[in-house]
Amino acid sequence: MVKDLNGEIEAIHIYKQFINPQGENIVALNDVNVVIRPGEFISLIGPSGCGKTTFLRLVAGLDKANSGKITLDGETITKASYERGLVFQDPTLFPWLDVKENVAYGLKTRGVFKEKKDEVGEFIKLVGLEGFEKSYPHQLSGGMAQRAALARALVNHPKVLLLDEPFGALDAFTRMSMQDELIKIWKDRGTTMIMVTHDVDEAIYLSDRIVVMSARPAKIENIINVNISRPRGRDMPEFLNLRAKILQILDFAGKRIEPEYII
Amino acid sequence: MTEKKNSFRLDLRVFIPIESISLALVLNKLLPTNGSYTQKEYPYFTYFLILLLAIFIVIAVITAFNKSFQDKIVYKSWFIGAAFFLLNIYNLATIKFMVIPNIYFPSPEMILKVFIKDWAFLLKCLGYSGKLLLTGYGSGAVLGIITGILVGWSKGWNYWINPVIKVIGPIPSTAWVPIALVAFPTSFTASVFLIGLAVWFPTTVLTSSGISSVKQAYFEVSSTLGASTIQNIFKVAVPSAMPSIFIGIFNGTCSSFLTLMTAEMLGVKYGVGWYINWQKDMLSYPNVYAGLITIAVTFSLLITLLFKVRDKILGWQKGVIKW
Repeated sequence: MVKDLNGEIEAIHIYKQFINPQGENIVALNDVNVVIRPGEFISLIGPSGCGKTTFLRLVAGLDKANSGKITLDGETITKASYERGLVFQDPTLFPWLDVKENVAYGLKTRGVFKEKKDEVGEFIKLVGLEGFEKSYPHQLSGGMAQRAALARALVNHPKVLLLDEPFGALDAFTRMSMQDELIKIWKDRGTTMIMVTHDVDEAIYLSDRIVVMSARPAKIENIINVNISRPRGRDMPEFLNLRAKILQILDFAGKRIEPEYII
Repeated sequence: MTEKKNSFRLDLRVFIPIESISLALVLNKLLPTNGSYTQKEYPYFTYFLILLLAIFIVIAVITAFNKSFQDKIVYKSWFIGAAFFLLNIYNLATIKFMVIPNIYFPSPEMILKVFIKDWAFLLKCLGYSGKLLLTGYGSGAVLGIITGILVGWSKGWNYWINPVIKVIGPIPSTAWVPIALVAFPTSFTASVFLIGLAVWFPTTVLTSSGISSVKQAYFEVSSTLGASTIQNIFKVAVPSAMPSIFIGIFNGTCSSFLTLMTAEMLGVKYGVGWYINWQKDMLSYPNVYAGLITIAVTFSLLITLLFKVRDKILGWQKGVIKW
């Protein structure tokens, strides 16, 4: 497999507002500027409703910003494309297709299935789902389904992989093993990764940089470099220090913490 | 569960149908025909019972060697036995004791006689009905899926077509008979229209509701995998709406049968419905029953076939409607 080079994302003065069901204007993103370097692993973290997912959807091309633009390798993003793969918290596998057909879906819609047939098997193997090619989504566990969803996005060789709380619905053990898998894939493929998460540990464990966002109207509060050598240990002192620092920025340190997520 | 000692294992319950058939056979032979029975007598009921007896004896022998087949037969044996017992009672009530009016309730042998003497004509009628049904049903289902997709997917089509569906759809298609028979050049085309309409409505409604309730996330994922709008419709919306589309087609199938029979009884020449109506007018009730049995068997087979197709297409999800 050829490494996927490039994949630079640049967001310039992004402003996005919604009208909620009560008819009020909600500013989801206010003047967001960020450059994500090719092959970088970025996590977006911040309180609920701070526009992390909105930002991810803009990069995916599923929504349009009210002003500002996002570019991929210099080209403005206007609509969804296979170059920017997306993995949701819910694996969203097509229930009428088995694992193999789900993974092959992107190749088929793009009309390149014939030439790249073998890659379907390769990516199923990469995510550790050999032997489950013929299984339907309802027969898979949550972790397996998410692996299949990863393979389905990766088979297109996206320049950027967008992950919206991909492991949020998994149990703690499955989540940790999936994080290791993701690191392995990322090192192997060199894909730019942008991940939304609620889990500070996950962000530190995986990312090169962590983008901390503030509550509404969302702005980038802080961008933290994670200068911890890989492979990282969750109990390293640097890890714990950084964790404390991020919690402080998020204003959770030393106070009664209102949990936003439940593990 | 009894302990399995060797491959030969007989369950006595497989003999229940055999006993029931034997009882019918013995009573049919021993009891004399009622004195006031004026019809010519035929041996067909006896032949029929002997044939059934032979079949069930063979089945009983096979069950002794095949455990899963035995379980199936044992499970059904009470029902099959009871069914033949009822047939037996019916035979006694007609030809033997004449407790119900013979002209409307002919003896089993009279009905069997119709199949034996008139099978070619019945088959011809069935063929004609089948041609009518397939033409009308096919066009109705195809058009229903097309309009369903358009209305479910596109706001424009929904705006213009949905009100029409709401007004036209609920009218039972048989209510169109008087208009259809004068508006179309032949009774065949009129019937095709009526049957098509009967299938079109439920197929359209359930297809469009299936399409419009597809999870948005499927389209989003599909788009980020490189799919175009057309591909989103045919590779995501349609397969995802398939369970709903199938329910529409199933409802359409049932109303197409109804419409077929009504159309044939009202105006079309030929066809099983016409045959039944015609024989009723001639007070030839054995033929009416033969027609009804033909319909029951055919329609039941068609529905079974439809469900086989469903199971094939919807293997990924189970248990929508049981048949």
